[in-house]
Amino acid sequence: MLTATLAETSAALHAGRISSVELTRGVLDRIAEHDPALNAFVTVDEEGALAAARAADAALAQRTAGALTGVPIAHKDVLMTAGLRTTCGSRMLARFTAPYDAHVVAGLKAAGTVLVGKTNMDEFAMGSSNETSWFGPARNPWQRDHVPGGSSGGSAAAVAARLVPGATGTDTGGSIRQPAAFTGVCGVKPTYGICSRYGLVAYASSLDQAGPFARTAEDCALLLNAMAGHDPRDSTSIERPVEDYTRDLARPLAGLRIGLPAEYFGAGVEAEVGAAIEAALAVLRRLGATTVDVALPNARLAVPVYYVLAPAEASSNLSRFDGVRYGHRAERYADLADMYRKTRSEGFGDEVKRRILIGTYVLSHGYYDAYYLKAQRARRLIAEDFRRAYAACDLIVGPTAPTAAFRIGAKSDDPVEMYLGDIFTVAANLAGAPAMSIPCGFTGAGLPIGLQLQGDYFSEARLLNVAHQFQQATDWHLRAPAPFA
Amino acid sequence: MTITRSEVERIAHLARLEIGAGEVDAVCAKLDAIFGLIDQLDAADTRGVVPMAHAQDLSLPLREDVVTETDRHALFQREAPAVEAGLYLVPKVIE
Repeated sequence: MLTATLAETSAALHAGRISSVELTRGVLDRIAEHDPALNAFVTVDEEGALAAARAADAALAQRTAGALTGVPIAHKDVLMTAGLRTTCGSRMLARFTAPYDAHVVAGLKAAGTVLVGKTNMDEFAMGSSNETSWFGPARNPWQRDHVPGGSSGGSAAAVAARLVPGATGTDTGGSIRQPAAFTGVCGVKPTYGICSRYGLVAYASSLDQAGPFARTAEDCALLLNAMAGHDPRDSTSIERPVEDYTRDLARPLAGLRIGLPAEYFGAGVEAEVGAAIEAALAVLRRLGATTVDVALPNARLAVPVYYVLAPAEASSNLSRFDGVRYGHRAERYADLADMYRKTRSEGFGDEVKRRILIGTYVLSHGYYDAYYLKAQRARRLIAEDFRRAYAACDLIVGPTAPTAAFRIGAKSDDPVEMYLGDIFTVAANLAGAPAMSIPCGFTGAGLPIGLQLQGDYFSEARLLNVAHQFQQATDWHLRAPAPFA
Repeated sequence: MTITRSEVERIAHLARLEIGAGEVDAVCAKLDAIFGLIDQLDAADTRGVVPMAHAQDLSLPLREDVVTETDRHALFQREAPAVEAGLYLVPKVIE
């Protein structure tokens, strides 16, 4: 039962086969047993979890429970959780207790989920490997000397290792999809504006978006139902009718038009990854989909655009960490300016400092037009590529990442190499469109490979439909890393 | 492009970050490599393209001009490194 999917767990709770308290105790025991090998959790909240589980059991007994009532989940440590430490993987916030809940945290709480802990992540969500965390890297459950991806590496590792059936993440340039691919789970980045950013500690505000991790598309849909929805506290939250993201899961794929951009199948994609994607396409064709070539001629600009715009926004957002209102303050300083400098230099790690420097540079006098405005113009070219492509297809399919997970340390001294790994994920953030990753195979070395499904704005239900149908025909999502099966 | 030591020192000052004298060259080298990647943008023809600041064409939402927040300063100030009488304490800035 402890390693069941979210939907199975929910069914067992509603049938009375297990109580939420029993389940939560089991989950806490599994975390205590396995997490030392994974470092997926920064904080485990045993007391809070058991209290929530007792409340869930009461709701189940009174028949007021919903689909998520009593289900244990974890939140990425970039989402504010009232009364619980929220670190963003940074020394800056290592002792910070959030005074309120993020919108998505409140939504999942209202749905009756049991929060068991906060997951490890790259510092302030800046990284693709979870190695920039102040709390040390999370590890890939499939091979513990490999990264779980990032920045939501802890959530991905926790779901892959069956420590929790679902978790939240945030995705600014691929931070849900790439770790989902690296650990063999599902992760969804919704359309920008679907999940309120209220209480999501900002990295790059025009790109940040929260989304779910789970083992199946169905589970992701259930979580997204509780995370989405308009919130006046986020001025970029979209006001539109509430959707049931499970509504299309059973829809047959006949008539589905899949766009294949040559840009996603060329040089740079590892042969084993390419072969797994081709095999997945064959499954989708067998299920009734047709494929059509589409062009994303500006795809090669996505990484350079991202590494101008995201650091620019980050340098502005992270100016709030000054040692005055919250977070770390240096022990010794000569005056106010020195306090700011020492506080920030001690509180931030190298990658965060690097992105603040890049952002400060591209926004500084004399460079704004050449970098920032230029990148914003190129961002529109990328978004327009998608608009044109979706005239000819319903969704775009390709690899989530050009490679499977890499060894811890393999890229940590080469930021450019690390950034290039985001090549297939950043464009969806720049366009603001939804995308997800689902497992579609393994390398010869036994590492998972992710298939990325991208769609037009607000097509989450369709993406989840395609992912679910793929999972009815394949068993990649059922494979578990041996030590945690 | 090449980022000079003095440029790194200037942006570090603007960002209120301290870079030790011994680290400036290493920071320069990494930033140089990153700007080598970013400079691929030069090849993009963006003449006449309207900059895209945001994913959605949203208009700024308005709300009624009424108080919606309660006073929670005591709760929020619990997180501050130094507070006295409801005020954040910082080193003296005026002699």
